[in-house]
Amino acid sequence: MSEPVAIQAPQPSGVGASRIGTAGFAIGIAIVGVVLFAALFGNALVPADPFTQDLGNRLKPPFWMEGTQAGHWLGTDQLGRDYLARLVYGARISLLIGIMTVITSGLIGITLGVLGGFFGGRVDDFVLFAITTRLSIPVVLVALAVVGLMGSGLGLVVATLGLLLWDRFAVVARATTMQVRNNDYVSAAWCAGASKPHILIKEILPNIASHLAVVATLEMALAILLEAALSFLGLGVPPPLPSWGLMIAEGKDYMFFSPWVIMIPGVALFILVLGINLVGDGLRNLLGSERLR
Amino acid sequence: MLRLIARRLALGVLVALTVMTLAFLLTRLSGDLAVSIAGPSATQADVEIVRKAYGLDRPLYVQFFAWVGRAMVGDFGQSYFFKDSVANLIQKRLPITLTLGLVGLSLALVISLPLGILAALRENTWVDRGVTMFTMVGQAVPSFWLALILMIVLGLQLGVLPISGTGTWQHFVMPGIVLAFTAIPALTRLTRSGMIEAMASDYIRTARAKGLSRARIIFKHALRNAAIPVVSIAAVQLGFMLGGSIVIETVFALHGVGYLGWESIAKNDFPVVQAVVLVLAVFYIGLTLLADILNALLDPRLRTG
Repeated sequence: MSEPVAIQAPQPSGVGASRIGTAGFAIGIAIVGVVLFAALFGNALVPADPFTQDLGNRLKPPFWMEGTQAGHWLGTDQLGRDYLARLVYGARISLLIGIMTVITSGLIGITLGVLGGFFGGRVDDFVLFAITTRLSIPVVLVALAVVGLMGSGLGLVVATLGLLLWDRFAVVARATTMQVRNNDYVSAAWCAGASKPHILIKEILPNIASHLAVVATLEMALAILLEAALSFLGLGVPPPLPSWGLMIAEGKDYMFFSPWVIMIPGVALFILVLGINLVGDGLRNLLGSERLR
Repeated sequence: MLRLIARRLALGVLVALTVMTLAFLLTRLSGDLAVSIAGPSATQADVEIVRKAYGLDRPLYVQFFAWVGRAMVGDFGQSYFFKDSVANLIQKRLPITLTLGLVGLSLALVISLPLGILAALRENTWVDRGVTMFTMVGQAVPSFWLALILMIVLGLQLGVLPISGTGTWQHFVMPGIVLAFTAIPALTRLTRSGMIEAMASDYIRTARAKGLSRARIIFKHALRNAAIPVVSIAAVQLGFMLGGSIVIETVFALHGVGYLGWESIAKNDFPVVQAVVLVLAVFYIGLTLLADILNALLDPRLRTG
């Protein structure tokens, strides 16, 4: 659950770094593309239903192991449900939560950051205070408490994570707005008599959008990991929905004899998060690190 | 320097008060607390008794100020489930979480400092790329999943470490490794970028021009400057690790503050939840304050700020 405070941009420079950056970017896009495809069309391609139980066929191993069951490529879980179908459905949940959380937290963080960076003074003091307060709140504990007290559900998880993960958006939006604020085209807009909202939305926002896109990838990866952790602890997405974190939690009791029940959803989670982070890293390399600082 | 500390201290107190308010409001989210404490089989009369007994019949603001007033002197009330004072419970659990946090942070530093320095000195070689890849991979591994894999490999297959519990020092090894893993990517990246920046600076060129040895330049001049952001992030990271250890403590059934928090959330034991949120936040605030002071001590340029 690592959560770097500010954007610690790695400083890729020189040919070597950009070459690996480009390759990583391509791999990242490919991974995210495949998961997105699985989330959108997977249930049409996988014949089995992710919710149908078949207690006669419990914990059947995947195709590369002995004793596998025809028709269940990735085997079945402790209730005989098709693991591939659940995995594919889980991709939908992970992506949905990742995207919705980023939209929510992005709206909050970017609004705060841009206002603070643009107006400075009292407004900025407040924004800085809000960021400091947010950072001192233990995310996992509070998210668990909210879900525990209000009952689990997909919408609630998104709302909770969205309200908690806006700090990096605010930090980067604030810093980049401060850089952009004094540029010539902003002065030109002032002189042309543009209003403050116009300058904020039409002049500032488009020019910091690329940096915010990098933050969005980082936050999306973090949100997906946090949802998995919450669901793993039993206070996230409610069963029988197949969230990857929940699949790992349900497989935990059988992991010593059938390790693949936790390996399959865990690897899926790892690959998706790695892919999103590679996309973020690639975007950052494209932007050039010096402008982020 | 003193002004800086005073200002940061005031900010910290203000943040702590805000967190207190939020923690209080958080536990009232569920609607009627008396109903949830009394349990599903309670009658209306039972609920009323609970409401009276726990002072939940008072107006919200009275409850709030009563809580803040007592929390100031370290009295967090009684736990509903454990039948013990919350302060006692936390006091008993805190050493475990702090031990875990320090083990995790030390492990993380032992791994990420050399890796970061190595990557910086061999910038753009395969060593550097390997380290970068390692941090990318580390960032993507879910900590609770890594914990389960360690349990299978180290606990079951090799049988060298206990799978869960709190008894001995061996119980801290696997959780410590997992917690360290959550901090290694950020710390490694920061050491690397700090070191690259330091090696490219004017004073390093001067030191080179003076004919100092490479080892002396790296360890005496560059490292000291590269260490500034790392020290502050390490302190901040410890704050995050204490807060984030809840998942790891729960997986390993390590009875620290995080596990206490999880148990009390499951049991609707709201005085404990409030207090744990507050205690973890105060640790974070204290550690960031410490980081700022350390920063100022290491970097004279920051002292006037």
